[in-house]
Amino acid sequence: MDDGFLQQFLSLFDEFDVLAAFWVNIQLTFYAAILALVLGTVLAIMRISPVPSLRWAGSTYVTLLRNTPLTIIMVFCVLGLWGQLGLTLSPDFQTNFFRLAVLGLSVYHAAFVCEALRSGVNTVPVGQAEAARAIGLSFWPAARLIILPQAFRGSVAPLGNVLIALTKNSTVAAAASVAEASGLMKTMIEFRPDVILAIFLTFALGFVLIVVPIGLATTSLSRRLAVSR
Amino acid sequence: MSTLFDVPGPVARRRMVWVNIAATVVVAGIGVWVLARLGAKGQLDAALWKPFLTANPWTNYLIPGLVETLKAAGISIVTSAVYGFVFGLGRLSSSKIVRTLSGGVVEFFRAVPVLLMMIFFYLGLGQLRIIEPSDVPLVAVVLGLTFYNGSVFAELIRSGVHGLPKGQREAALAVGLRDVQSLRLIEVPQAVIAMLPAIASQLVVILKDTALGVIITYPELLDAARRYGSGNGNILQSLVVAALIFIVINYGLTKLAEMLAGRVGRRTAGKPQAEAPTLVTAIGKD
Repeated sequence: MDDGFLQQFLSLFDEFDVLAAFWVNIQLTFYAAILALVLGTVLAIMRISPVPSLRWAGSTYVTLLRNTPLTIIMVFCVLGLWGQLGLTLSPDFQTNFFRLAVLGLSVYHAAFVCEALRSGVNTVPVGQAEAARAIGLSFWPAARLIILPQAFRGSVAPLGNVLIALTKNSTVAAAASVAEASGLMKTMIEFRPDVILAIFLTFALGFVLIVVPIGLATTSLSRRLAVSR
Repeated sequence: MSTLFDVPGPVARRRMVWVNIAATVVVAGIGVWVLARLGAKGQLDAALWKPFLTANPWTNYLIPGLVETLKAAGISIVTSAVYGFVFGLGRLSSSKIVRTLSGGVVEFFRAVPVLLMMIFFYLGLGQLRIIEPSDVPLVAVVLGLTFYNGSVFAELIRSGVHGLPKGQREAALAVGLRDVQSLRLIEVPQAVIAMLPAIASQLVVILKDTALGVIITYPELLDAARRYGSGNGNILQSLVVAALIFIVINYGLTKLAEMLAGRVGRRTAGKPQAEAPTLVTAIGKD
């Protein structure tokens, strides 16, 4: 590896905006994370509610969505929702694809958010609910004051896992024609096939640098918030 | 659901009937609205769905696609298992260098998106010309899946062994087994049994991720559905059918995982786990 190689490799970064591509992935992750959290929380409440029809709807949604490959959902958003049904989320071509990809990522990961929250509810011992009832709290106060605060603390770690998976899965937006990191990597390798390994390691390292801090942060947060029993 | 509320009394039961009816109306209303929208766009026309009752889409597109999907998933499961054993044992090795090295490899490949690896192997193998060009997409899909899922398996073996009671290893050493023998004969087999449910749910991940192959021109089920759908003007219906095939297979695997979780308890000293351990929790714990 001589000087010329390094310089040629670095010159690639003048030609291609790697940071901008990663920024697209971060934006996809950010918006999809918020939407998935909202939708997933609604689903989780439906699944622990005493109403059978809501429980059924919630669990059917989770079963269907988490067993479907994300790639199919992405392709469906573009070819089905937009191509066939004419669902347009923005007049701008690029923004439209971006928003369709966010939609696909959100509906898919909402199923996993729901499961994470439910596993948090499962960490709360039955004794807590029994004690709440014993001091005269009815369903809603018991859920709001006793169960849910402990459940959220218990679900930080699994929610962190979902966020990590979402970050990595934002690359699948390539299937919805969004110009993001994996697509740029492909273009760069096709442009400069001789430095393929260096290009791959650059992008891989980029994801390690995003994902590992998320993992460390959620792990330490979940330890700090853990209810000691 | 008994954790959250009491057994309802007569008043609560009557109230719940009404809430249930209201909720059913809302849920069914959303369903009807979606169907009405689809109907208005002509997507429910029998002409678009009927072809799936005939042999042509199945024999020429969907079944060959499904075979490719299962082929990629099957090979990946075997190679991931081998990879997982090698690096799982590496992480449990008594040599610090081997431990750190395997730890680094496992954590790295768990943090890199599978699609990134697939694209890299696809373009890299195409360049090297060491295998038939027609095999490149399959090999790239398998390699991408192996590096990721193998790393997850390695992590499962490691955390399975760590989850065993200390007495298992102590007893093995007390009867005169060496370190490696204790791992091979006593600890790893029990760890694998304890982790069977988690391994079964990882199979769902492998099967779902084969669909990424469509991006690197691997002719799997999604690709077949897309080709059939765009050729016959029923892409939406075709994708729905492909998704249903995936859902049915994965639902079966999920049920298998649940069944295993209920069964393996007596055959291992470890605690059965249904899910893969968190990323990066292992850093700094060795």
